[in-house]
Amino acid sequence: MLGAPWVVGVAFAYLLLLFAVASFGDRRARQGRSVIGTPWIYALSMAVYCSAWTYFGSVGRAASGGVWFLPIYLGPMLAMILAWMLLRKMIRIAREHRITSIADFIASRYGKSQALAGLVTLITVVGIVPYIALQLKGIAVAYALMTNAPGAPVTDATPWWADSTFYVALALAGFTIVFGARHLDSAERHEGMVAAIAFESMVKLLAFLAVGAFAVWGLFDGLGDLFARARAVPELARLLTLGQGTGFAYEQWFALTMLSGLSVLCLPRQFQVMVVENVDERHLKRAAWVFPLYLLLINLFVLPIALAGLLHFGAGANAEGFVLTLPLAAGREGLALLAFVGGLSAATGMVIVEAIAVSTMVCNDLVMPLLLRTRRFRAAAGRDHTAFLLGIRRAAIVCILLLGYLYFRLAGEAYALVGIGLISFAAVAQFAPAMLGGMYWKGGTREGALAGLLAGFAIWIYTLMLPSIAKSGWWSTGFVEHGPFGIALLKPEALLGMARLDYLTHSLFWSLLANIGLYVAVSLWRAPSAGETSQALLFVDVFHRNAAAGPAFWRGRARVADLLPLLGRFLGTARAEALFDEHARQRGVPHRDALQPDARLVRFVERQLAGAIGSASARVMVASVVEEEPLDLDDVMRILDEASQIRAYSHRLEQVTEELKRANEQLKSLDRLKDDFMSSVTHELRTPLTSIRALAELMRDDEQMPAAQRQEFLDIVVAETERLSRLVNQVLDMAKIESGHAEWHNTDVDLRKLLTQAVQTTTEMMRERGATVDLHMPETLPLLRADADRLIQVLLNLLSNAAKFVPRGSGHIDVRLESDSTGVTIAVQDNGPGVPAGQRELIFERFRQGGDALNRPQGTGLGLPISRQIVEHFGGSMWLRDDTAQGACFCFSLPWPASGAGTNSGDKT
Amino acid sequence: MTHRILIADDEPNIVVSLEYLMKRAGYEVLIARDGQEAIDTIRRERPQLVLLDVMMPGKTGFDVCQELRADEALNGTLVLMLTAKGRATDIEKGLGVGADAYMTKPFSTKDLLAKVAEMLAAR
Repeated sequence: MLGAPWVVGVAFAYLLLLFAVASFGDRRARQGRSVIGTPWIYALSMAVYCSAWTYFGSVGRAASGGVWFLPIYLGPMLAMILAWMLLRKMIRIAREHRITSIADFIASRYGKSQALAGLVTLITVVGIVPYIALQLKGIAVAYALMTNAPGAPVTDATPWWADSTFYVALALAGFTIVFGARHLDSAERHEGMVAAIAFESMVKLLAFLAVGAFAVWGLFDGLGDLFARARAVPELARLLTLGQGTGFAYEQWFALTMLSGLSVLCLPRQFQVMVVENVDERHLKRAAWVFPLYLLLINLFVLPIALAGLLHFGAGANAEGFVLTLPLAAGREGLALLAFVGGLSAATGMVIVEAIAVSTMVCNDLVMPLLLRTRRFRAAAGRDHTAFLLGIRRAAIVCILLLGYLYFRLAGEAYALVGIGLISFAAVAQFAPAMLGGMYWKGGTREGALAGLLAGFAIWIYTLMLPSIAKSGWWSTGFVEHGPFGIALLKPEALLGMARLDYLTHSLFWSLLANIGLYVAVSLWRAPSAGETSQALLFVDVFHRNAAAGPAFWRGRARVADLLPLLGRFLGTARAEALFDEHARQRGVPHRDALQPDARLVRFVERQLAGAIGSASARVMVASVVEEEPLDLDDVMRILDEASQIRAYSHRLEQVTEELKRANEQLKSLDRLKDDFMSSVTHELRTPLTSIRALAELMRDDEQMPAAQRQEFLDIVVAETERLSRLVNQVLDMAKIESGHAEWHNTDVDLRKLLTQAVQTTTEMMRERGATVDLHMPETLPLLRADADRLIQVLLNLLSNAAKFVPRGSGHIDVRLESDSTGVTIAVQDNGPGVPAGQRELIFERFRQGGDALNRPQGTGLGLPISRQIVEHFGGSMWLRDDTAQGACFCFSLPWPASGAGTNSGDKT
Repeated sequence: MTHRILIADDEPNIVVSLEYLMKRAGYEVLIARDGQEAIDTIRRERPQLVLLDVMMPGKTGFDVCQELRADEALNGTLVLMLTAKGRATDIEKGLGVGADAYMTKPFSTKDLLAKVAEMLAAR
């Protein structure tokens, strides 16, 4: 046992240390160099979940129920690991809508309803008071253990004004105010508080591990020894089994796990540190495993300490104090002091954060809406309300702590700490359906949330709260044992005869059943209003929409001259002007006076205001200075449609611009091609014209020209004229085919007849050249649907080309027709010089002729390109075979139509 | 003094007409049918003036002109470019590589003779 001054002194010193850390954090935040910007701090701050319950309650529960202390920590571990994305959505929503508390979150989602805000706050206060009482009890017990001789009664019935716990409560209230209610921050950020909480999380973890290590390796010889000794004692051996000797109660385990998992989302202090105080969404990833790890570490030694204590002090000892009594009994007073500091730290951390969170809720969501109803408050324009709001917050903090003390005095004896804590959990768990439903179901309505919350809360009161008060002796327990008015079916702990569940699981079952059931049923009963729908869209689709840039659901008339002072009233003029400047800059407006009072601005002001007074009150305040036209559901849908249409338009616009750019590029290249083609054509046309003109002028200017010379010239003129008209025709042909304007007269063509005809036509030309032509064709061939004239054109082109290049007198041309299942192939092989390697592809280009310039036979250079175009028009291809030994072999293929070949030509007679 | 004129063109019929034209006007006529032959002939025979076609296989008229201008000895040869290409860019290019004159086909025989006489007189 230690002297009281020692203990008090150390306690105070520690709290001052915490305060120093907090003010350091705040100072750095003001300088812009935040200390809490790392994910480690964020994850550690979540450990505020571990309160005096962890230090004292868990050990007590382990001592009586073995591993049954675990589910309370298993729940949060699982929740973080599995549902951190849910948390991320919550954080994003809170950030975009400047949400500052759970009540704000729920109220904002369901159309910024003041009724919901108030109800949630009420439930929170009622539910949290026992939890705060638990912390006070923890501190009281710890203090007594440290200062009283062992064996002395732990608490004595002193009047409240002499009860040290009362002063502890007041001191904690003072510290809380200093931590969190020195000034108003429109975002409700308390960087100093977060820093202090992270620090104290480390302290309490280290202290608990120290005591645990001492218990295992100091008092015993390690875990093996401890467990062996425990198993030797039958009552203790029972603690090591899951079933506790009565079979494993799955439902209870499941209920506790689920309850604590939900609590991680719904407890005000958790919401505060995880959502409101979050600085960077990405920190969540680290926290998702650091926080469960922390829980694992701090729970590592709970069972060992419990067993050690039971072994040391025997059964029946107050297990909740083992963390302190074990070191004390072993004379390790320093360690006991460290453990005391740890427990104190845990309790104060929880109280401070919880009180701040709840006071924010009370101020924004309970008091403000009520005040706004009074005309006097609303009409007090121009006055700075910041001091007034702070005053409300501070008063709320003090009241909450005093209520906690009251509960501690009235009901703290009856239940073990653990029981009280679970009752609180069950209360805040009622928020879960409305919260989670609100984030993922657009159909949830305000009435549904109200109905669900009321039903859940009512059942909670009836099945948990009242029995706990009765069992503390303030009420007769008759109604608990026999049901109200003797109706057994309405027994609070066995509704409708369900008696096999323990009281907690039973309450949880019925309250959540009623809550979810009414929430869904009433929501489906009537369609959401316009306000609810717009908020639902913004909440559920938060990852797809940007609230600042997205559709602004508002219509009406406003003036900047009204909006700016309104914001200034609650945030201070300087801050309001700064916010307006920032908004103007974001909108691209030169000065804040130039801002148009449109829907976007109104929504902006509302959001900023919500950070200070809650979204429900903010809505009312803004509505009081603007003329709003009420939106109905169609308006909301229309605004939404417009927004998505605008997005779709701009997307389409981008697409069209892309397409136009591409088309332009294509046109430019085609233009270039056309220019080249045109200049080629003009060149080709001008060349014969030059000869014609020159020779004609020569003949005209020289009357004395000899007749032979004149004849020669005239021959050339005539030949060039023919060349010219051939060229013109072919250019026109080429142009028509390429542009798709050529006319095609398709008939069923007998290719055998066509080939024969072509060869016959060129007989004269071949005879003049001294060349022979051989024709090889199959006996029968199916008909092909094509333009006969064009195909003749191709054949004549190939034949005449061959004729031009075969050697005079010994020329030989071999024409071969082959067919298979895919189509026909025609090959024209000549024994001329062939095509040199470099020109194999060139000859298919326009105006290119084979052979060298000197010996080039008359030609336009367009024959092959046109032939290729014709063949390709019918789906075939033309190429120069490159495996011939000598000469050139031009081939082209024509496919059969897809639906099968035409009728067999052999069938026709 | 008889001036020597080289006709460089790959089109036989144009060569025929130009040859007759120049001979009738009293000039000594040389013929080349592609760019390389033109350069070789110029080097060998040193004509005073070249009627240079642009579109020739192998070396084009532009290439020939550039080579002439780059060569000290052949620098002074008069070059009259003849071409069916009449775009402004082609004319500029021709004058850019150093042609003394540029005429588009089909040309007037009278104009051509006048131009040739003018160029030779100015020397």
